[in-house]
Formats: sequence, structure tokens, C-alpha cells
Amino acid sequence: MARSDHKPRLGVWKFASCDGCQLTLLDCEDELLQVAGAVDIAYFPEAARGSGRGTYDLSLVEGSITTLHDAERIQDVRRRSRTLVTIGACATAGGIQALRNFADIDDFMAAVYAHPEYIETLSTSTPIADHVPVDFELRGCPISKQQLLEVVSAYLCGRRPVTPAHSVCLDCKLRGNVCVMVAHGTPCLGPMTHSGCNALCPSYNRGCYGCYGPKENPNAPALSERLDQLGMGRAERLRFYRTFNAWAGPFREESERHGP
Amino acid sequence: MGRKTIKVDYLARVEGEGALNVTIRDGQVSKAELRIFEPPRFFEAFLRGRDYAEAPDVTARICGICPVAYQMSAVHAMENALGIEVEGQLRALRRLLYCGEWIESHALHIYMLHAPDFLGYAGAVDMARDYPDIVKRGLSLKKAGNAIMALLGGREIHPINVRVGGFYRTPTRKELEPLAETLKQARENALATVRWTAGLEMPEAERDYHLVALHHPGEYAMNVGRIVSNRGLDIAVADYNRHFVESHVQRSTALHSHLREHDCYLVGPLARYSLNHGQLSSLARETAKEAGLGVTCTNPFQSIVVRSVEVVYACDEALRIIDEYREPERPFELAEPKASEGFGCTEAPRGLLFHRYRLDASGGILEAQIVPPTAQNQPSIEADLKDLVGGWLDLPADTLRERCEQTIRNYDPCISCATHFLKLDVRHE
Repeated sequence: MARSDHKPRLGVWKFASCDGCQLTLLDCEDELLQVAGAVDIAYFPEAARGSGRGTYDLSLVEGSITTLHDAERIQDVRRRSRTLVTIGACATAGGIQALRNFADIDDFMAAVYAHPEYIETLSTSTPIADHVPVDFELRGCPISKQQLLEVVSAYLCGRRPVTPAHSVCLDCKLRGNVCVMVAHGTPCLGPMTHSGCNALCPSYNRGCYGCYGPKENPNAPALSERLDQLGMGRAERLRFYRTFNAWAGPFREESERHGP
Repeated sequence: MGRKTIKVDYLARVEGEGALNVTIRDGQVSKAELRIFEPPRFFEAFLRGRDYAEAPDVTARICGICPVAYQMSAVHAMENALGIEVEGQLRALRRLLYCGEWIESHALHIYMLHAPDFLGYAGAVDMARDYPDIVKRGLSLKKAGNAIMALLGGREIHPINVRVGGFYRTPTRKELEPLAETLKQARENALATVRWTAGLEMPEAERDYHLVALHHPGEYAMNVGRIVSNRGLDIAVADYNRHFVESHVQRSTALHSHLREHDCYLVGPLARYSLNHGQLSSLARETAKEAGLGVTCTNPFQSIVVRSVEVVYACDEALRIIDEYREPERPFELAEPKASEGFGCTEAPRGLLFHRYRLDASGGILEAQIVPPTAQNQPSIEADLKDLVGGWLDLPADTLRERCEQTIRNYDPCISCATHFLKLDVRHE
């Protein structure tokens, strides 16, 4: 918890990712300078030069672990961080690059690189929590600005962040959306997906595609049955569960039920 | 003079992870290497077997800073493969969305990543202590670009509303109109940005670039056009692979893109501006002239001014599109899957972004090829360093190192984008 006589040192760390979640911090245009006033942004290479040495009161970690070097580096970041929060689907679930976990990494390398022997990579992409203890996981591909500010301010006040754990379905009801699956037969991952985007996709006439990963205790087989009734084939269903949170437990398990 | 090495182990204020090694021997730069240690993510591999309709959502995840660029190149390539054309208001809305990305991405780069170099700060937050109003102006400009992305795309990062054939939902006139007020204010901020950047102290540097950009006869090229250069290249997008090639350079661990007939080339704001200057809005052209820019610009440090001029243009263009907007009858054209091959090339804020896909009869992706701007600019970045560092050797060591970093940041390189086909083996002599 932050003490009043010292500005908490904030570090922002990147592993395998698109940089979108750390960019979310810079996208808080109205609040950025306030945040910068409340904490000491001690390491944030996307935004400023800095050595990365020393210890951190709060570390925000983006990206998944895909190399041996990064598997070692996250240990170091953990050792030097009092509180470690993962931000985004890569850091909390392995990200889209976890699609390799279902495939033969040699095939993937041969498809992309002329000389696969030069590539240093692990055969898996795994979330940060598989490697070190994590104090809080913020979901989303990308994370939500409001939730990020909530996490940072909760930390500054020494309380637990409030990020609702219900499904996207409830957000649709709160927003007054007509259900795209019931009304239009559009496949939607909303019933299984964790809240966080304010039911964005259904508000734009499309089905949810699971950016925030699985909610707690989803009923995946029931959703699969409904998708089947809507005419979604087995292979299509498998792909449906395997996107940006493909390696997150319930999505992974349900996709594996649709595997060969 | 002997041997001297400039090392930057972790490049700050670029997107992604990279490093720099410059070796100077007897007053000459003997080696300049931009190293990439971004882990591979294998997008081209896992796109195989996905459905054509998934490409805009999946490829957006290559980059959080320019997701619209990936979505636009992907949908154009798919539409090219499937033989549909998106015209009228849907085409205009796509251009509007891209204007949003240009504004927010350029504003981010100008104010938060690049300007601190000219004024001697570690980053924009430090700069804000001495120049609060300037940083606030940058944030406000960036916010205006993001407002377009949020309205039309659903959100700023990884927009959800882009689909092959058009959009999932198109805005009503009433929804779009409030953006006009925001953009008029943004245009004022953009004009102030041009004046401000033009007053920054610029290192002397002229480079003899081979400039490559899209060109369209009727508009400042953004989403469609032919690929042209200042040395006579003029080809259809579908002929990209006949003229450009990715290859291994022994001294570098990264794949470099170059022109078969020539060698390295430059994509991005300097190339766009110099090849398409006449198609800027009159306000953008006048502002450029006031800022002291000619009809071409080949001082890489002035890219900050050129970006600012492009922000003026993007505000103008966005306002024009909003003003002329009529709600389309339907939000998208339907595409029928077929066995095919398609090509798409658009102007990401950092430059040309090429996509190619081969599809099977049911619309499954058999093969994907994606060439991002940073990969195309890598040889040019190294060539800049080789060419320019020799003239700066009397600078103090720290200043010289910072100048080298600044030279790289002139490009606004996006290393995460580039990674999926870069060699990542980092070797030291």
C-alpha cells in the first residue's frame, strides 16, 4: 500500500504483445497527467527513457511468456515488484499467440521463417500467472481504460479493484440491447464471456467474440449446443473458442471438445 | 580516431522491443544495426485455416497502435480476392476511420514519442512539467482521433466494427455530427502543431531517398491506389511481390525488405507527402508552405513537421466526409467465398502495409503474407545512421547516442508489427 510520504514507483513491462494494453494508459488523455502526478512513472519504455533498475511499488505487466529469456525476465520483475498486476489477454491468458499451444511449433516456424533455426522461442505462449504469483489480473483484448484507472486508483487507495465478474449478457440487458443470438440467430460468446467491454459487439449488431475471456463457471456445453442449433459447424465452433483468450481454461477445454 | 561503439540496449519511445549498435572506425560508420528482440508471434502461421471473415479481427492484434491499418489492408485484400468493391458512403466511412487513426497515431508520435527528443526530455510526462499546455494540446488532438475510432470502430484499440464488405453497423448522421465540432477544434490544434514543430531546432540532414507510397488520381492516397516512387516505380498492388522482396542481410538478424531493382527505400509520411503533395487540402498545403516545407521533404528529422501537416489534412478530410455523409442503405456488401487470391495495400501512419491472402473455395485462408512498414523501412533506418552519424562525431558521447535514437524515432518504427517475420537470433561478434 502506498505511503503518504513517498510517491509509489510505477513500472510498465512488456512481454509478447501488440503494445495495445500499455497504450491504453496513454489513451487516458484526460487522466494521464493526473496519474503521472500521483505516481512516479519510473519505467515505461514506450513512453520514456529509463533504466528499469530498482524496485517498484506497482508493476503493470503486458504480454505473454514465449521465450526462455522472458521466462527469466518475469522472475526478475516479480522479485522487484511489491504489487504485480497483469494487463490484458496476453498477460492473463497467453493471448492470440497461444494458438501455437495447439499446434506443432516447427510447422509454425517453417510457415513464417526461412531459417527457423535462428528463432529463439518456446513452443508455448503462457500467461504470467503460470510463471510467478500475480496480485491482480485485468482482462481484455485490449483492457478497458476505465478498469485500468480503477486498478491504479484502487492501488493508490490500498483497496481491491472493483471489476465486475458477470457475463457480457448482463451488460447487454443493462444497456437495453436486443439479444443478437435470440433475435437474429447471430453466434455470440456473450453468455460465457467476462464483463468489461460494456457489451460492445452486440451494441454494433455483431456477436461477442470473447475479448475478456471466460467468466467464472460458464456453461460451455449449453452454449455449444445452441451454436450447433444455429447451424455453426464443429470446426467453426472450435475456431470460435480459439481467439484472443484461446488458452484460458473454459475456452480451451470447450475448444478441445471440438477438436479432431 | 580509433574505434568507438554507440550502444542503446533498449530503445525507448518506440512501439515494441529493439536495440541499436553503431560501430565507428576512423571517423567512419562501419556498422549500424537496428536489432530486434521482440518475440515472434506467428500471425501468418495461425491465420492459415481461419475464415476470411476473421482476418480483420485477428490481424488488428498485430499492433495496438495502428490496428485500423491492419484491418483496412486485410479487408481490401479479402474484397480483392472475393471480387467485391466497397464504394460510396461505406468507402468514405472507411477513410474517416483511417483519418481517426492517422490523427491519434501521429499525435501520439509527435507529442509523446518524438518531441521530447527535440527538447531534451526523457518523455512527455517530464516535458509536461515545463510545457503543460503543449502536452495538453497533444493529448487533446490525440483524443479527437480516438473519438472517431471509438464512434466508428466501437473502441480505440482493436476496433470491432470493421468487416469484409463494410461495417457491422453504420452511424446515423446524428451520431456523426457531434464529431465535427471536436474535429474543428482538433484542426486548430493541428495548425498550432505545425507551427510549433516547425520552430523546433532541426538537425541538418538531407538524404537521397527512394520514396515509395500509394498514389491515387483523385485523393491523397490512404486506402487504395497504385504503388509509385520518385524513381519511376508505378505498379498495381497485385504486382507487389514482383518488385519487392524480403531478404537476409548477413550483418542483421532481421529480414529486410527491399526493391529488387534498387535497394532500400523509404515509406511513411515523407514519402506520402513528397509524392502526393498536390492532393493535400489547400489548408494543409498552405500550412506546410508557412512551415517552410517545400513540395518534397527529405530531411528525416522534419518528419515531425510532415506528420503535423498530415494531421491538418486528416482533420480536413474527416470534416469533409462527415459533411457529405448520407446514411447508406445497408452497412456492408455481401461476399461469396471462392477459391482465390487477393492483395491489399494501405497507408498505415508509418507507411505502406501490404497483405496477400490465398483462400480455398469455402473462404478458408490457405496462405497469408503481411509486410508491415517498419520491415520495409529497416534498411533505410540503418542507412540513415550510416550516412548521418559521421557528421556528428564531434558531439559529446551522450548527445551522439541520443541523436542516434532520435534518428530511429524519426521513423516512428513499430517493432511489434514487424516481428512476425523478423529473424530474432541476436548475435554478438
